[in-house]
This record gives sequence, structure tokens and C-alpha cells, in this order.
Amino acid sequence: MSREPPGPGEDEAPGAPVAAAAGAAAGAAAGAAAAGEGEGRARGGGCYLALCARPVHFEKANPVNCVFFDEANKQVFAVRSGGATGVVVKGLEDRNPISFRMEDKGEVKCIKFSLGNKILAVQRTLKSVDFLNFIPDSPQLEYTQECKTKNANILGFCWTSSTEIVFITDQGIEFYQVLPEKRSLKLLKNQSINVNWYMYCPESSVILLSTTVLGNVLQPFYFKSGTMSKLSKFEIELPAAPKSSKLSLSERDIAMATIYGQLYVLYLRHHSRTSNSTGAEVVLYHLPREGSCKKTHILKLNRTGKFALNVVDNLVVVHHQDTETSVIFDIKLKGEFDGSTTIHQFVLPPRSIQPYQIPVAGPASVTSQAPVPCKLYSSSWIVFQPDIIISASEGYLWSLQVKLEPVVNLLLDKGKLMDFLLQRKECKMVILSVCSQMLSEPERGSLSVIATVFDKLNHEYKKYLEAEQSYTMVVETGLSRSNPLLKRPVRTQAVIDQSDMYTHVLSVFTEKKEAPHKFTIAVLMEYIRSLNQFQIAVQHYLYELVIKTLVQHNLFYMLHQFLQYHVLSDSKPLACLLLSLESIYPPAHQLSLDMLKRLSTANDEIVEVLLSKHQVLAALRFIRGIGGHDSISARKFLDAAKQAEDEMLFYTIFRFFEQRNQRLRGNPSFTPGEHCEEHVTFFKQVFGEQALMKPTTF
Amino acid sequence: MAAAAGAAGQEKQLAPTLLSFFIYNPKLGPKEGEEEKKILFYHPNEVEKNEKIRNVGLCEAIVQFTRTFSPTKPAKSLHTQKNRQFFHEPEENFWMVMVVRNPIIEKHKDGKPVYEYQEEELLDKVYSSVLQQCYSMYKLFNGTFLKAMEDGGVKVLKERLEKFFHRYLQTLHLQSCDLLDVFCGISFFPLDKMTYLKIQSFINRMEESLNIVKYTAFLYNDQLIWSGLEQDDMRILYKYLTTSLFPRHMEPELAGRDSPIRAEMPGNLQHYGRFLTGPLNLNDPETKCRFPKIFVNTDDTYEELHLIVYKNLTSPFSLPATASIPPTLEFCRKLDSIVGPQLTVLASDICEQYNINKRISGAEKEPQFKFIYFNHMNLAEKSTIHMRKTPSVSLASVHPDLMKILGDINSDFSRVDEDEEIIVKAMSDYWVVGKKSDQRELYVILNQKNVNLIEVNEEVKKLCATQFNNIFFLD
Repeated sequence: MSREPPGPGEDEAPGAPVAAAAGAAAGAAAGAAAAGEGEGRARGGGCYLALCARPVHFEKANPVNCVFFDEANKQVFAVRSGGATGVVVKGLEDRNPISFRMEDKGEVKCIKFSLGNKILAVQRTLKSVDFLNFIPDSPQLEYTQECKTKNANILGFCWTSSTEIVFITDQGIEFYQVLPEKRSLKLLKNQSINVNWYMYCPESSVILLSTTVLGNVLQPFYFKSGTMSKLSKFEIELPAAPKSSKLSLSERDIAMATIYGQLYVLYLRHHSRTSNSTGAEVVLYHLPREGSCKKTHILKLNRTGKFALNVVDNLVVVHHQDTETSVIFDIKLKGEFDGSTTIHQFVLPPRSIQPYQIPVAGPASVTSQAPVPCKLYSSSWIVFQPDIIISASEGYLWSLQVKLEPVVNLLLDKGKLMDFLLQRKECKMVILSVCSQMLSEPERGSLSVIATVFDKLNHEYKKYLEAEQSYTMVVETGLSRSNPLLKRPVRTQAVIDQSDMYTHVLSVFTEKKEAPHKFTIAVLMEYIRSLNQFQIAVQHYLYELVIKTLVQHNLFYMLHQFLQYHVLSDSKPLACLLLSLESIYPPAHQLSLDMLKRLSTANDEIVEVLLSKHQVLAALRFIRGIGGHDSISARKFLDAAKQAEDEMLFYTIFRFFEQRNQRLRGNPSFTPGEHCEEHVTFFKQVFGEQALMKPTTF
Repeated sequence: MAAAAGAAGQEKQLAPTLLSFFIYNPKLGPKEGEEEKKILFYHPNEVEKNEKIRNVGLCEAIVQFTRTFSPTKPAKSLHTQKNRQFFHEPEENFWMVMVVRNPIIEKHKDGKPVYEYQEEELLDKVYSSVLQQCYSMYKLFNGTFLKAMEDGGVKVLKERLEKFFHRYLQTLHLQSCDLLDVFCGISFFPLDKMTYLKIQSFINRMEESLNIVKYTAFLYNDQLIWSGLEQDDMRILYKYLTTSLFPRHMEPELAGRDSPIRAEMPGNLQHYGRFLTGPLNLNDPETKCRFPKIFVNTDDTYEELHLIVYKNLTSPFSLPATASIPPTLEFCRKLDSIVGPQLTVLASDICEQYNINKRISGAEKEPQFKFIYFNHMNLAEKSTIHMRKTPSVSLASVHPDLMKILGDINSDFSRVDEDEEIIVKAMSDYWVVGKKSDQRELYVILNQKNVNLIEVNEEVKKLCATQFNNIFFLD
């Protein structure tokens, strides 16, 4: 469903207040004196909301051009002279406009494409809807469907798929399947119910109907592939008992949006003088697919006047026309819980949307005049869910965006800032820059703040690793076939892993060397602590960074203690790194050997290390200790023994291998494959031929 | 060695005692008649001047004489029938000499006491180490000799030496010195990685919020967990803490409720811990805020620091820290309020782990051996031979003769660089095994009837496999 921007033929003149047209505010509170605080006007910078840079430009509404917006496809329809002189459809997503002509059969009330632009539906009367196929090679003639219920007036319609459509009448809803080849519609289901007004959320395929005299009982319906299911109805608590039996809940005060994957009905409750509230508030009703709808959150606006709602990046944005500012709420942030609902204050101080320059029309080469600043919070603005702002009078459609960089300076509590940023879509680079910032002057954070930030990042990181791990496990065990719903976990930008931290934050930070080394090391240890706390295996390059930093400052004893308590986990690369430090810190040799020993897969390396230090006997004892002495190369050991220039050592090693040969082959002499001829010669030279072992025969 | 041991029959054994201790510098009185100027400190002071000069002169002569044979390594000790002299030159031309009387066996012959000097009982390495520690301890609290000379000449140096050694020498317990004095090692508290990282994080944050704190160490009872000080400085500070400061404060606590510190506790509840150095009572604004000075990194940056030793009341932790400027009472209160609560939290973490460790190791049967382990690289020391350290002595639980064998093996080890293994069959079914692998030494005392060399070797292998499986310790 769409609420059409006021066209020229309608009662409301173009440029009607945004609230009036777009389902926000006005109503009861419109008369209440809006406190013109103008706090947001004080442009202290930090505009965290902005209009998208590439808006959809359309011919603005005028007496011969009607403009419509379809929330499902996010398309703007400019219908000139009832379509006879052309219809231009432009969308935010598909940039190529669709243009066509259609016969002028009267004033168009509503016009929408089915999903995928397959079929066009046009409502021109209160009783029927006309259809036109846009599928290639299908009949091009228009066909019409009247509503089934007698005496009912069609309030509107909405497409729920490429061929399914719902008519909403004042007496109920009718669910049809369109058969484009037959140019006819088949009624799938209908339901009688008195309807004041309706609302459609295309993201979740839910239609909400306002019923009863007061209009505050809402009946949701859910549509999915040819089925229509009635969800449990619920009542919106009105701020004050209405005096008369008239419609008391306006569609302007209701919005539907998906926030953090859940469908919510947002109700803008105006400030009432009788209640002791300090201002208007937005009440969120959680509408689950199953079960009943519950009031879960209250967003305190602390002001009165005209408001409009958007939902961007899971944030509820509330625009306030009187002060020309907006505030945002994040329902995932901690609020005040009263047992059933959570009360939230706005996350950031109110700010205006970032000033916007309207690009001057015409080819870029010709335009020399300065772009025109756009009037923000204009009364001609119309707001649609979730994030659309339309200026009918200027002919622009924008999507609203949240900018994260300004938030950094507005939210000084770094813990809260991280909670906020981690929930945002495009958060990665901002988070990394916050991390860098808090490690360097002039805004260096305290270690406890840094620890909090690291913990928050790693909490998110761990969640992803766990999801990934359980997914892999299910796939490997072959259980995935029995569970078709299983999806590979999505890696959001909030997953800041070790390599991100290393590349963008830690390595840069340690290289800068502006901080005292004590702080540098404390930060690195804090990060490693945090990873350990979340049981995340620490990558080698982080250890390397720690070691490098410690070595740079000659803090070998510190390094030694870290290794002693296995804070730097064992690995072959780390052991090799330690070996390389031996010349500047001799105990590194022992640390390295210990590490190799613990790894238990590095026996060859241990032998190499010992041989390189001419500790031939030690190497031999080691290899014998682990039972590997039958397969080692005699030549390697004899080489090392000879290099040690210790004749007795050479004798011992030589004799050991003679004995091995005897034991394994029954003969003490070396085989040609062992390439020990030169050593045999050397042995004879030094100790004489008779010293060679004689083959023992039994 | 120990006086208590084997006073069988008429025989009585007299432990080794300190005869004299003096410090001199030959350059200070090179001319004849000015010999007395060379002497910087002499204990006992009552000794007649000429005798002092004679003794100093003798040492000088011996050192000079032996230098002709070994210019770089002059004599370290002189053995005589009645005593042994140890020489040490910690700073150029500054000599420290310690004279120890050999242990004596007093026999009664015809009703008359006859003294038999045990010439070969004392181990050179043990007492040389004791002498070196005397210097290290002096240096920790006073800085180098040279520094004192620079500060105010011989007069200041003499004052400092007098002040320090007058008390320190009384705390030397020469009769109970053994292999552990040679090592002068550090006992580390075993901890898992996570707890260790938490402690790291705690210390870093503490140092950040108390910015005059320069270095911090962290101990669990007598065992070290972390040292921000360099190894050599920590080694001697550790010795001071565990053999002097802690035991001194332990005794009143053990003494029970009537002790003065206990008595003041109830009024002291808002405090989490106690300063073993510095103010006694944080509530008393008149209390003196004086911390001992210590000198670290004397070879390098030569830092003069104030030693703060804070002990938590509810946990076994203590936190020796050093500050660059004299800490105030205000600072002490802040430290108490920051550190106290966090230590209590850490304590519960660690105690939990300690109990786990205990359960794991407790599952095995108590083995039939005792051992001393020492690693030269990190000074890690572990002994199941020694009882808890008390202020007066750290007592070995085995016969002195066995301790002497350990000392002998150690002397053998220090003569060569290579890995070695020595197995000794001692008296009454005792076996002593010494192993050296790279920079590590292990001494095991086994007591099993009717075992042979191979079986002993097997036992030691088993011990290594269970106790030292995570280090590279060659069998």
C-alpha cells in the first residue's frame, strides 16, 4: 500500500505539511504550542543524518502531473494527464526509468507495479482496479477487476508478489491471484472486516487494518505464496479516553518497520495534558509472526509538536519539524526497564539533517551557478517507511542515511559508543578509527576504557566465530540436509577480527612510538587478555608484535615472564622468533627449546637447534629419549660432531652409529646410502683402523 | 651444621658463627701509618685498632699474592683450621671480607673439653654467595659504595655502612645457609594464563591511575607472580621481602588476637589492606608516611625509588610497588581504595585455581623423594626440602650431611659447562641425584631400601616426566 503524495486533483494542496501527508504527528498535538527550542539549530556540527547523495529526481507535482510513490518497489510514478501523455517510473534501486503511455480513463487514484515490474495495477474508481501486463509476449490489453464485496469501496491495493494482489476495501480485504495470460484474476481468499484505514509493510508482507469505531484495534494479516493468515489483533492504548465515539487513531500516527529482524508497529503518542508525561513518545509494539503483539519499548521524545518517523539501519529516527532537528533511538541499547517495557532516551543530542545542496539541473558543463541549498524539514516533505523522504514540490526522493563519523564525537562514553556502532551496518572503519583514536593523544583513553572497548569487539567477534564453527560442524556431520533452514552465518562489519585490529590499529599504534612503552605494552596485553577471555585463539602476529615491542625497549625480563606463564602461546614460528633473539638475550634459547618440546611436533627442530650449537650428544640423547634414534641420519650427527672439533665426541657419536648399524643390520659398517665414507676415513685417521667395531657373529 | 643435630653422648656440635666482617678500600690509606683510613666498616667494632689493621692487611696481602697467579680471579676464600675467610670485591677496590668460624665438635676427654674443628664442613660457594648477598642488600637500600662517596665522601659511606650492617649482620643465620643461598632464586606461583592476564591488566590499570608508581611486583604469600623490576633487582628485593619483611609482619598476626595489629583491626574496617612499609594507620592523620628508599638499575639509569609494600587483608597477595616521588598519606588512601577491592576479586579467582591445582597434584601419592630445582635463566626455584621460611631461618628438612652432598654436587656442576648427571649413594638408604641440563639444575634425594643405580635412575626419570614435562629437560 502506499499513501499517495497529494496530487493536484486532491483536496490538499501541494506543499501540505509533511506530518499531514506522511503519517506523522499533527492531530491532537498540532495545536499545542511547539516549544521552539531550536537546540538543533545550534549547528555545533555533528550532523549524523544525511540525505543520500544521488536522489531520484522526478517531475514535480503540478496540475497536469500526478506523483505517486510505491513503498514496495520504492518507485515514484509521474503520471501526466492521466497517463495519456506519459508515465515515468523511477526507482531508488533501478536507476533506468520506465516510461510508457496509457489511455486516460479518468483520474488515477493509485498506481503500482507488481514485484519485478511484471504487471501494472491502476485504480481509477472506488469499485475496481485495472491491470496492464508488462510481461513480454503477453496480452497487452487492459483488464479490470471489481471488488467482490457489494457496496464496498476500495481504499487501496498492494502487491504481495509478482502476481498476487490484495484489495483493501472499507468492508474487508480480498486476496487475488492475477493470471496475466488469461487477463483475469482469481480470488484466493477474502475476509470481511470493517476497515478505517490500512497500512502495508512490504518487507514483512504484513497488512495492518484499523478496525472498530475508535480505530485503535489493529488487525494484522500476513501473506506468503498464495496464503493469507490472520495474526492476532491488538489494541493501541490511546493517551486519553476519547470523549466521543469517533475515529481516534490516525494512520498518520502509526508506522510499521522491521527493526533488528523483528516487525514493530510504531505508534506516535502525542503529549496529552492530562497525563504527566513530559512530551510525546513513540510506543513500539512487537508484532511476532506467532503469538500476540506486545508493547515492548517506549521512546521518549521530551518535546511536543509535529513529528515524522523513519527507520534507518535499525535505528528509529524521529524528525521534529518545529525545531528542524531529528533524534535517533536504538532499542538494543540499554534502557530503563519497568517490568514490561523498556524506556529509551535518545542516543545522541538532537541534530538537524546535514545541509543538502540541490544539484542544478542541466548538463554539468553548462551549470556554472552555485547549487541551491535545499530547504530541510520542509512542510512539503513526505516521509515513508523505512527510510524514504520525498519532496513533492521539488521533485526529489531521498533515502535517509545515518552517518557514523559525527557520532564518535557526540557519544563520549566509549562503551556506549561501541554498543551503538557495533549494531550499525557500515561500522567497521569507524570502529577501527575510534580504536586508533583512543590509543593516541590527545584523546587517549584510560586502560579500563580500552579494555571495555576490546571486550565489546571481541564479544561480537566470538559470537561470529561460534556461529561459523557450529555451522561447519553441522555441514561436516552431514546434518545440513535435514535442516534446510541452515545458513552460513553472515559476517557483518561488526566482526572486527585480529587481523583488522592488527592492520588498522595495533601495528600502526606500536610503530608511532608516541606513547610511553609501558602504555603500548599494556594495550597489547589488554587486547590479548580480552581475546583469551572470550577463548579466541590469538594469532601469531600479535605475539610477534608484543615481542617486537618488548625487545625494542629491552624489556627481556618481562618477555621472559610472559613466556613463563604461557601468555604467549606456543607455536613453531614463535619458537623460531625466540631463537633469533638468542644473540641479544641468551635465555631465549632455553625458552625456545622448552616451547618446541611442549609442541611435541617439533622434534626435528629441536635436533637441528642442538646440532647447530654443537650439542651433538644432547641431540642424540634427546632423539633416543623419544625413540627416534633408529631413523636419524648418521651423517648429520657425524658432521656436527666433526665440526665441534672434539675427538672424543666424534668417537662417541661414531661408535653409537656403529652399534646402531650392528643392531639394525647385524653389521657395524655404514651402507653407501648413508654417505659416511669421509667420516669413516677420518675415524681411521684419528683412532686407527683397529678401532673400528668388528662385526659380531653369533 | 645445625646446632640441634646429633648432640649424642658427650659430643656437642657448635654451629659455624660469624667471627668478623669488614669492608675496606686499599686506595684510601695507601701510606704507612694511615692504614686505619682504609677501613670503612669493621665488625665487631670492639676489636682493637691494631688488630683491625692487621686483619685487613692480611687479606690485602693474600689477595695481592694470589693475583700474581690469577690476575683476573684472585682468591675468593682462605681455609684455615679454625675458620674460613671469604673475599669479595663488589666494586673496584672495595673489598668485603667475612670470616666464619668452622663448626666445632666439643668432646670431653678426661673431664676436659676438647675442640675439634670441622675444617671441611663449610661450602665455599654457599658462604661466598652469602657475602655477595650482603652487598646486594646494602646496595638495594643504599645504592653503591661509590654513590655514597660521591654524595659525601668517606664519612657518609662509613655512616651508611654502619647503619646498615649493624642491623643486617644480626640477621645472618650462618648455621642454616645451604644450596638455596647459592641460588638465591625466586619461587614462582603457578597460574593459568587467563588469571595471569587478569593480574597483568590489574597492575597496568593500577599503575595508570597511580601515576607515581613506577614498578610493581605481585606476590601470593611468598611466591612471585609478576615483577616489573628487572631480574637482578627483583632477586634481592624478593629475598628481602620473603626472609625479612613478610616474616616480621607474619609473627604478630600468628601471635593471635592480642597482638596490637589485631586489636586495631575493628576500627580499621573501611580499609582493605595494610602497608607493610609506610603508614601504620591510614585513619590517623598524624601517622608517619615514611617509606624506605631503594636503589635499582644501579648499572644503568640508577633509580632512587620509594618502596611501598601493600598487603591485602582478605587475600594472600602483596603488592610491592615503587614510587618515583615520596608517597603521601593521600596517595596511600587512594592506593588502598583502588587496589583493595580489586585484589579481593582476584583472590577468589586465584584461590579457586589454587584448589584445582591442589586437587590435581594431590591425586597422586606423595612420592618418596624430595628435590630442589633451579633455573639460572629465570631464577625459578622450587624446593620440597625446605620448610616454610620463618624470619629467623629457612630450615631444610633433611640431614645436614645430605645438604652438604647437594652443595658438593653443585660445586662440581659449576666447574663445567656441559650437561652432567651425578648419582651419589649416601648413608642409610639415601640416594642423592644431581642433574644439570643446559641452565637448569635438579637435585633429588631419594630414600628407598635396597635399590640399585638403575632403579634410582628410573625413579628420577619418572620424577622428571611428572614434574618437568613442559620444559626441555634432558633425561
